[in-house]
Amino acid sequence: MRSDPSDYQLVAPGSLHAAVSLLAAEPGAWLPIAGGTDVMVQYAAGKLTARKLLSIWNLPELRQIEIVPDEIRIGAGCTYTDLRKHDVVPRDFPLLASAAQWTGGIANQNRGTIGGNIVNASPAADSLPALLVYDAELILVSARGERRLPYLGFHTGYKKMQLLPDELIRAICLPRKFSNYVPYARKVGARNAQAISKVCIAALGLLSSGAAGTPRIEDVRIALGSVAPVPLRLGETEKAVQGKVIDRALLTLARQTAIREISPIDDIRSTARYRATVAGNLIVEFLDRMGATPDPRADKLKDSGLKNGQSR
Amino acid sequence: MTQSPAKKDDGKCELSLDVNGERKMVRVYPMQRLLDVLRHEFNLTGTKEGCGEGECGSCSVLIDGELVNSCLVPVLQAKGAAILTIEGLAAHEPARRLQQAFLECGGAQCGICTPGMILAAVHLLDKQAQPTLEDIREGLSGNLCRCTGYMQIFEAVLEAARRGTSA
Repeated sequence: MRSDPSDYQLVAPGSLHAAVSLLAAEPGAWLPIAGGTDVMVQYAAGKLTARKLLSIWNLPELRQIEIVPDEIRIGAGCTYTDLRKHDVVPRDFPLLASAAQWTGGIANQNRGTIGGNIVNASPAADSLPALLVYDAELILVSARGERRLPYLGFHTGYKKMQLLPDELIRAICLPRKFSNYVPYARKVGARNAQAISKVCIAALGLLSSGAAGTPRIEDVRIALGSVAPVPLRLGETEKAVQGKVIDRALLTLARQTAIREISPIDDIRSTARYRATVAGNLIVEFLDRMGATPDPRADKLKDSGLKNGQSR
Repeated sequence: MTQSPAKKDDGKCELSLDVNGERKMVRVYPMQRLLDVLRHEFNLTGTKEGCGEGECGSCSVLIDGELVNSCLVPVLQAKGAAILTIEGLAAHEPARRLQQAFLECGGAQCGICTPGMILAAVHLLDKQAQPTLEDIREGLSGNLCRCTGYMQIFEAVLEAARRGTSA
């Protein structure tokens, strides 16, 4: 049943200060709405329980990308298009740019926001594994002030998160320390555009640049979507391969560890069994390609999905 | 919009919208979808409703030059913005070339997706005058067509782009 617009309030206070003041006055009463690519879908389906909506779309304070020497601070209201078109994001954070490119189609990329993707908290969200491997931190804002916390652990369960009722995400901070890592991202789904992932991965790897001998994995960071109640960083799998030489045995170990670490389910898009198999395959493909890439910079953008990106 | 007469009017707000270059005042509920306002308040029925959930692109319009699905835009968020619908493209040169190319290449059959396809193609050509086939596939990836199988549509956009440079 479609919703009746006369049952809903929507206000657009026009500034971040006014928005958080409203949230502070009635914590939990107002549902923030940015580009509407999730909220309006629930509304159209008659499933939106909130009756009072607060538009934070296009608030200038949330729509900027700030570059400082050691990090980049992405306003939570930046759209996927903003990320793709930016001159630093695709270059320094290719995993995020490719996820942005795989989200929806152009029209949804023009409206969907990175902050909205976080608070919508879908375990299948394409951009969230990238934030996990890039060690993102969130700046949350309320009328009481700001606080900063790691994105890892922000989602505490399915659609649950460490966001208080009077808070908004103001910015997502990414440290600029991964530019020499080999990026790997892949979305497995019916199609890249529009379709929601069955499994998606974002990973970064760094091989030791030791003098002679076979290179070892100096550092590795792996996150998957659609395999757990939250976007998942695979800490155990990372630990299992850290410092090792990439050979057949290691690939098998990585696959087994990853499958133990995830908890996929059967749903309308896929099955637990398929997801587990694909998750293992993706991790093997990532490590295998990393091993086959002696110079981390050589194939840096090969699979980041950027080759067709507008941003380049 | 079905609205029971008993329902009070006080939740409505007065908005000014720039639709196809014309300034229009309208009294609406802020959560009304831009799609419904265009179709029911302004009689601009060229903007179609397909899925109503941002998946199909039939309701595509440009807001301040950016392609959006009007089914996902609460009208309050379009306040003061410049909205371009398929009707507003009648005198728009790239759109006329696209229309002609769609006719010649068989890019339109039942026609429901066509306004959205044209808007998405106008948006693409505006950003990239000479798109590759891959660019076109991506630019139109949010617009579904259940008749043509897409190839004729892609050819039409390629053709329109070609004619755009030779003109």
